Amino acid sequence: MTTSIETETIFLQINGCRKNLSIEPRVSLLDALRDHLHLTGTKKGCDQGACGACTVLVDGERINSCLALAIQYEGREIVTIEGLANSGELHPLQQAFIDQDGFQCGYCTPGQICSVVGMLAEFGKGAPSAVTKDGAANGELTEAEVRERMSGNLCRCGAYVGIRDAIQQVHGIQQANQGGKQ
Amino acid sequence: MNNFIYLRAADASSAVNLLAANSSRGAAARFLAGGTNLVDLMREGVETTHALVDITRAPLSEIQELPDGGLRIGALVRNSHLAAHRAVRERYSLLSQAILQGASAQIRNVATTGGNIMQRTRCYYFYDIASRCNKRAAGSGCDAMQGFNRIHAILGTSPQCIATHPSDMCVALAALDASVNVTGPLGERSLPFSDVHRLPGDAPEIDTNLQPGELITSIDLPASAAGLSSIYRKVRDRASYAFALVSVAAALKVDNGIIQEVRLALGGVAHKPWRATIAEQLLRGAAPTSESFATAAEAELAPAIPRRGNAFKIELAKRTIAAVLSELTAGEGGGQ
Repeated sequence: MTTSIETETIFLQINGCRKNLSIEPRVSLLDALRDHLHLTGTKKGCDQGACGACTVLVDGERINSCLALAIQYEGREIVTIEGLANSGELHPLQQAFIDQDGFQCGYCTPGQICSVVGMLAEFGKGAPSAVTKDGAANGELTEAEVRERMSGNLCRCGAYVGIRDAIQQVHGIQQANQGGKQ
Repeated sequence: MNNFIYLRAADASSAVNLLAANSSRGAAARFLAGGTNLVDLMREGVETTHALVDITRAPLSEIQELPDGGLRIGALVRNSHLAAHRAVRERYSLLSQAILQGASAQIRNVATTGGNIMQRTRCYYFYDIASRCNKRAAGSGCDAMQGFNRIHAILGTSPQCIATHPSDMCVALAALDASVNVTGPLGERSLPFSDVHRLPGDAPEIDTNLQPGELITSIDLPASAAGLSSIYRKVRDRASYAFALVSVAAALKVDNGIIQEVRLALGGVAHKPWRATIAEQLLRGAAPTSESFATAAEAELAPAIPRRGNAFKIELAKRTIAAVLSELTAGEGGGQ
């Protein structure tokens, strides 16, 4: 095309901070985070929505930032792995991944952790998965539920057992804090 | 990815106007919803539009009760929200089951109802711009015919194209007799779901019967399809987050030992969600027995054309149809 494409000035709300940036409309949210804002915690794995390494939270829901155009997310509340710790104190999931050896190389870990944050919120709201029995209220976060709900995050090192245990550790804490199962 | 102009539409009519104003013959702008397929295709150089009209801020995210007892689903309702919606789970469980077996949680959180319908019918040769593909470049040939065609279509194919429509949601919508409401430069209209997607024929580059510039605004689920016992079963190469080799959406009602009503659709076997009308016709009025299930499945798959890599799908489809129907009628003496 001969049409000249201007870069556009947009603002993104990331980890509670308003960030202004000038980007072309084709820049993905993932590339905006990593290359324009230098938030390199979010990782680029497949760049096609298959591996989940780029998972971030938007308005509390997990998405693949590689399949998102940054310009489309102007004004939305974006949280990355850098935004989970609370003034130096690790998020319970970050601590649980350390406690349970939920990684080896660590490349998929930021995406895994953001994905679990979103997953536990979905589960807590009673959102069903493909293995939830029809009509049943969500009772237990079974092994089958964890596997199905986390299938959008691959771990090339195969640290799935540690990841599962980290998820159960935090889920257990959340349950205890709510006074047990509802 | 080529660069493009990004435009934001406040509502459906301004989206249609923006698209028309930025399209010319041979250079169409595209609507952008969740982007989970379109952005990916643009990154691979398969789609090369010069302008995107972002519709995600249009007010099309409601799920409403229809006066006749059906449901109207806004085109921008996201897949995860649709699958979790109480009325959908209670009255149209088939749809909820199908959506939850598609894609990953991250993708379902972004992908929209309209976008799921409008995702491209595709295969890996379509995605690989070094390959010949009649769908991507009309008349260039098809490398899938003699290539790796394990995932490809067996029903309704043409010598031009054997790609499949990968949606699970759409297989359920086909079985439920949904209708699709669109708006466009020539006004509003409604299409029966079975008329939305096309078979490849001599024009595999065209996936749907929507006219240029038309936008899906909502999908209606009829009251007549509510409350049937239903199963969506997906057979695939891994337990989660993979396209169907074969999927079966089935809903039926048995009274006095006779199948009174049956709805059957298949995924992973054709260029469009495949409504199994031949099997339905044989099943309606029949007793729910293994024999009637097998006969119906046999008849539906009789026209199937196998390729080297996907011949197994014929038997797989027959067995999955029979298994699902047996499970659905287990309490009715079915499958005996």
